[in-house]
Amino acid sequence: MSRSLREVVFVDGVRTPFGKAGPKGMYAQTRADDLVVRCIRELMRRNPGLPPERVDEVAIAATTQIGDQGLTIGRTAALLAGLPTSVPGFAIDRMCAGAMTAVTTTASGIAFGAYDVAIAGGVEHMGHHPMGEGVDPNPRFVSEKIVDSSALVMGSTAENLHDRFPHLTKERADAFAVGSQDRYAAALAAGKIGPELVPVAVRSAEQGWGLATEDEPPRPGTTVEGLAGLKTPFRPHGHVTAGNAAGLNDGATGCLLAAEDVATELGLQIGMRLVGFGFAGVEPEVMGVGPVPSTLKALASTGLTIDDIGLFELNEAFAVQVLAFLDHFGIADDDPRVNMWGGAIAVGHPLASSGVRLMTQLSRQFAERPDVRYGLTAMCVGIGMGGTVIWENPAWEGEK
Amino acid sequence: MSEQFPDEVVTQALTRLVTLPGVDKPLALITLDNGHDHTRPSTFGPGGLASLEAALDQALAADVAGIAVTGKPFVFAVGADLSGVPRISSRDDALEIARQGHRVFARLRDVAVPTFAFVNGAALGGGLELALHAQHRTISGGAFVAFPEVFLGLVPGWGGTQLLPNLIGIDAAVSVIVENALSQNRMTSGPRAAKLGIADAVFEPADFLERSLEWAAGVLTGAVAVDRPPVDRSAWDDAIARARQVVAARTRNASPAAVRAVDLLELARDASFADGTAAEDDALADLIMTPELRASLYAFDLTQKRAKRPAGAPDKALARPVTKVGVVGAGLMASQLALLLLRKLQVPVVLTDVDQARVDRGVGWVHGELDKLAGKGRLSPDALNRLKGLVSGSLEKSAFADADLVIEAVFEELSVKKQVFAEVEAVVSAQCVLATNTSALSITEMAADLQHPERVVGMHFFNPVAVLPLLEVVRAGSTDDATLATAFAVGKQLGKSCVLVADAPAFVVNRLLTRFLGEVTAAVDAGTPVDVAERALDPLGLPMTPFELLSLVGPAVALHVAERMHEAFPDRFGVGTGLRRMVELGKTTVFSEPGVVDPELADAFTSTGTGPTAEELRASAERAMAEEISLMLDEGVVQAVEDVDLAMLLGAGWPFWLGGISPSLRRPGALA
Repeated sequence: MSRSLREVVFVDGVRTPFGKAGPKGMYAQTRADDLVVRCIRELMRRNPGLPPERVDEVAIAATTQIGDQGLTIGRTAALLAGLPTSVPGFAIDRMCAGAMTAVTTTASGIAFGAYDVAIAGGVEHMGHHPMGEGVDPNPRFVSEKIVDSSALVMGSTAENLHDRFPHLTKERADAFAVGSQDRYAAALAAGKIGPELVPVAVRSAEQGWGLATEDEPPRPGTTVEGLAGLKTPFRPHGHVTAGNAAGLNDGATGCLLAAEDVATELGLQIGMRLVGFGFAGVEPEVMGVGPVPSTLKALASTGLTIDDIGLFELNEAFAVQVLAFLDHFGIADDDPRVNMWGGAIAVGHPLASSGVRLMTQLSRQFAERPDVRYGLTAMCVGIGMGGTVIWENPAWEGEK
Repeated sequence: MSEQFPDEVVTQALTRLVTLPGVDKPLALITLDNGHDHTRPSTFGPGGLASLEAALDQALAADVAGIAVTGKPFVFAVGADLSGVPRISSRDDALEIARQGHRVFARLRDVAVPTFAFVNGAALGGGLELALHAQHRTISGGAFVAFPEVFLGLVPGWGGTQLLPNLIGIDAAVSVIVENALSQNRMTSGPRAAKLGIADAVFEPADFLERSLEWAAGVLTGAVAVDRPPVDRSAWDDAIARARQVVAARTRNASPAAVRAVDLLELARDASFADGTAAEDDALADLIMTPELRASLYAFDLTQKRAKRPAGAPDKALARPVTKVGVVGAGLMASQLALLLLRKLQVPVVLTDVDQARVDRGVGWVHGELDKLAGKGRLSPDALNRLKGLVSGSLEKSAFADADLVIEAVFEELSVKKQVFAEVEAVVSAQCVLATNTSALSITEMAADLQHPERVVGMHFFNPVAVLPLLEVVRAGSTDDATLATAFAVGKQLGKSCVLVADAPAFVVNRLLTRFLGEVTAAVDAGTPVDVAERALDPLGLPMTPFELLSLVGPAVALHVAERMHEAFPDRFGVGTGLRRMVELGKTTVFSEPGVVDPELADAFTSTGTGPTAEELRASAERAMAEEISLMLDEGVVQAVEDVDLAMLLGAGWPFWLGGISPSLRRPGALA
């Protein structure tokens, strides 16, 4: 039996506005699975050429898979969204890279010929499910020194990165953070942020129904002076603050993937073409550096070099871990190719959902940048991993 | 007003300003929420109306593009808070209730900005009226709407009778306000409501509010045009005539509310909104002061509360699980019972009878009914297979060996029933409950010779078994609590409302109906013309005339019960000669054609002109029922008079405006 791989395309991506986690956040009384349902329904509405029964898989990531993020959320959200019972679904977890892994997993299935069309996404309601909820680490981790005790506290791993790369100072991290806020604010003002958002009806018993239409976390007008005085909760006189890290957030994302020939058959738009991907492990105590080896792997497998990449969407779990990536590849802290519409430090990082936010954003950037051929989405992952996905711009106009 | 509503669960109107894409100013989104979940739906009392008024003020002060109203999850609003109505003692206070609703709702109608109702869930009565005051409406595919007012003895008097016909046309308005209300308060689904024109757009529940807000934004920007067909004023006369026919047929004009509702709908053709709503104020004020409304609210309360928590029932925990049921007899009653037990308990049901042909007929009938349900889509193919596999027939009572409950529905003869129970006892466990569906025999005697008489209980169903919601659970002299608790638990699982009664002749419903019919047949025997007797009770608005009731019960059954009652209470219960003649001749009805007495019965139903008049007959029937109720209470047949009323409401279908029966007998003019 001979096989041929099929091209996989990213058709369209959406997300809910991101909220602040906690009792005052806009999603405090909204279920996590309802956030996913909104994304699935919006994808189906925006792509009316796709018959619902043609969806072959719904993969939804969540880091904490209990309560309103439990019960095999890919399947249950599909049913709640009104997809036919014939459409299967599953739940997937690679912590922060959950949605990214949902994409690479279903995309692999498409390339292999098992699926024609898939929905991939992620959700994290960190208000309902604080980081580390219900975890039970094996005592061998510590007794056999498999990992340092700091490895499970993400902020501490970021402090560890400052130790490893002393030239990545707190000042550089704060400056990067201010840049993220500024770029997000500019993109918002220019209408770049918004078209991908799915309004969510939010209810509060005290205030009644409202409608979430905008991201809640950004802090426009942030300055380096303002950030300098913030507390360093992970270490006395440390480097990592609430200002140069992503916050604790609620939100969901979803995207539509298809075999390129199927997308053409159904008249679906082609936002990006998948080139390749890589995941890699690093020491858990410095998990933030994970995107470096994962990117090297992805570049190696696709035959590209870092110079081929015209746009970067890097998840900003911590400013220092983005700086570590840029530093490794010799890219300036404020390179305009990197996170041109701001990043997670401004918009937020509802853990397992973020991978698809990066992709959706990249695909929208591709549409207005026909001069760019390749783009890269990458993120670090807890317990010491990185993930990288390389995409090609279908709007690329070729060498001039 | 609030002193009459000390227990009001106040529905708060919570306002939030919402930004809509493409709309410059915000939309004020008002959420109606009484702070409880959907099991306690939001209603409007004086406090709730005041909160809504304040919310509208707040919205207008905020310079908004529009105002929208929606509800808490699964509920829009279910109408006026009626809890204080029984305390209202003056017409002025009643009038104020009507006016306060009109005044607050009119605020939504009169504002200068576009208004919307997003009907996300149940919208009943005043809730639906509030929605009708908005300029635009969306409705959830999972919502349902109704005007239960006429069913309860009121009119939709917060604008409903004037707004609805002028929105969806008079014919559809007659259906919603009058016909549906008088058809066991039938509800209208969201998609159907949109089709009727009650809502402008229908959206699926999964993203109802988001889509509604998007639609509203479209209306505000002009991107969405709302198209409504013009209302046909020439349709009024025919529709009102139809409404009057419906009211006459269903209530015999005994419900003042139904008549007033039709009057108001008629008025809505030409009246200004101010005149129409002023007429609503008057109608509500009048109706709130009527004994019919007070009786109705009492009846409604009985069906909502006492029907769900039967008085005198033993601790539920004593009930034994029922995993298999035997039914003795395979006649129509037994087969109906088997079908009901099968569908609701979903356990094996075994029918037995004296010969194979009858058994086969009984099982065949059950299969046929299951096939009909499947044909109507009310049973899935899998459920059909499951239920057919659970029902079986046997000539041998040994098939009952592992049953937990055996119900007999054999010939109404004490010796036959004793024989049946003795045979069943020989094969079943010592805990198996033996139930009888007898309508008039002594259950205590039936159990007397058994080894375990404590396991015998009466479960008296009403024909048609699948429809009438009453089950009289009869405690015989020997019945123990576990047996009784099992009977109550099974009754509840069967979807019935149970009333505990003592083992007295004909229990409650049949005893009262027999006494009542006895008065009618005695009058005919005394020479009152059949047609006069037939119509004499019309002022009560009973669901059927006495002779229609006789046909439904069946003359043979009626005679059996009458004879048994005569035996027990010869002073009060006679046996009509006409009834006896009907049974002798095998007649099922008095009439050979509508209004014409069957010639073969003519000699038994001859008018001599010497019998009581219609008024005299009604008075004597009411007196007889009052006396019988009083005796039943003295004898301890029921716990309280409320049980008599509940039994008449649910077992005889007697109307809310009589409060079952006893409130109507206490009215001035009754028992004259």
